[in-house]
Amino acid sequence: MGDLVWILVSAMVVNNFTLALFLGLCPFMGVSARVSTALRMGAANIFVLIITSTCAWFLNSFILPHAPYLRLISFIVVIASLVQMVEMAIKKLSPTLFRQLGIFLPLITTNCAILGLAIFQTNRGYGFLEGMAFAIGAGLGLTLALVLMASIRESTELADIPDLAKGTALVLIIAGSLSMAFMGFAGLLSSA
Amino acid sequence: MTERTAHTDLIRGIWKENPVLIQMLGLCPALAVTNTVANSLAMGIATFFVLLGSSFLVSLLKKLIPHEVRISTYILIIATFVTVADMSLEAIVPDVHKALGAFIALIVVNCMILGRQEAFASKNSIGRSLLDAVGTGFGFIIALLLMGGFRELLGSGSLLGYSIFGPGFEPWVVMILPPGGFLTLGFLLLILSWWQKRKATDQTGNQQWPDGVKSGGEAA
Repeated sequence: MGDLVWILVSAMVVNNFTLALFLGLCPFMGVSARVSTALRMGAANIFVLIITSTCAWFLNSFILPHAPYLRLISFIVVIASLVQMVEMAIKKLSPTLFRQLGIFLPLITTNCAILGLAIFQTNRGYGFLEGMAFAIGAGLGLTLALVLMASIRESTELADIPDLAKGTALVLIIAGSLSMAFMGFAGLLSSA
Repeated sequence: MTERTAHTDLIRGIWKENPVLIQMLGLCPALAVTNTVANSLAMGIATFFVLLGSSFLVSLLKKLIPHEVRISTYILIIATFVTVADMSLEAIVPDVHKALGAFIALIVVNCMILGRQEAFASKNSIGRSLLDAVGTGFGFIIALLLMGGFRELLGSGSLLGYSIFGPGFEPWVVMILPPGGFLTLGFLLLILSWWQKRKATDQTGNQQWPDGVKSGGEAA
């Protein structure tokens, strides 16, 4: 049990997918202008991550031992079809949410975080429960980074920023500072 | 708009529409593996190979691929080339493969590659798609080398493993850690937008200061 909690915390803050491993940067730059959208994007991500982890575990245990060279291709196909299904479900259930997420929902497919999770999980040899903890931790970490970023960006709207720095440059420099702050959590590793 | 010729297909991706610095695509590898020049170069070449191969195949097959499933087809084609690149790197340069780790496999989800297939290779002839892929690929390599150069120079005081500043230099360790990636790209973009703004004012002969500077002056 302690192991599972540890995997979750580690994926969430110590090795935060966005701020320490640079995974999932596209939504981080794109939909982090509003806290409410960021929260929804985070929720969509957590959902897809959990399904991905389950599928990756299934593929790893039952199919890939027979054909290891198909690993990458089978992961991406499964993830792409899943995202398609999630997209259709959200379109039916909540058209407003669908419009707000816009292009970024289909782009979850090309979100490095999703494939990254499947690959890291394989490389570390996680079982089913460990994979779940990893997926939930990673998803919470992504959401945390998105929401932090969105709230900082909302408050910079009223600030007097030089023209040159407006836009992506500012977002990157804020991300750099956030990333530095998250490095503080690395201390958790040695104390555990 | 610029005229669309074979020449512009090639040149455009290198600087004017540089995938990383202008279009902000393919940021994950650009930030994650650029802590040394050697890693940046290996990543750049692997991506270049995948881009070239998949552009060729997509423009070759563009009439056969049904419109409804085109994205999945592109991803399958890209994943095939990435598997080839992954296994080749593991066989040829195992050290670099180990250093890049999962990020080689993650070339599959590099938005830049899928973007080029959707925006260009699926609509143009094989020759022009290849030119476009070469241009964009070089642009990507240049951006990665810029990042890698800055970060290795400041973070370890060396280039390609050779010491530049001598033993007296205190390395800025933060530059080779994750925050350094964000900061380097942020400052590169700042320099770029400063340079573009200056060029724009030069051309019009307009001496007016940019808004930000003016309001900054008023605040002071």
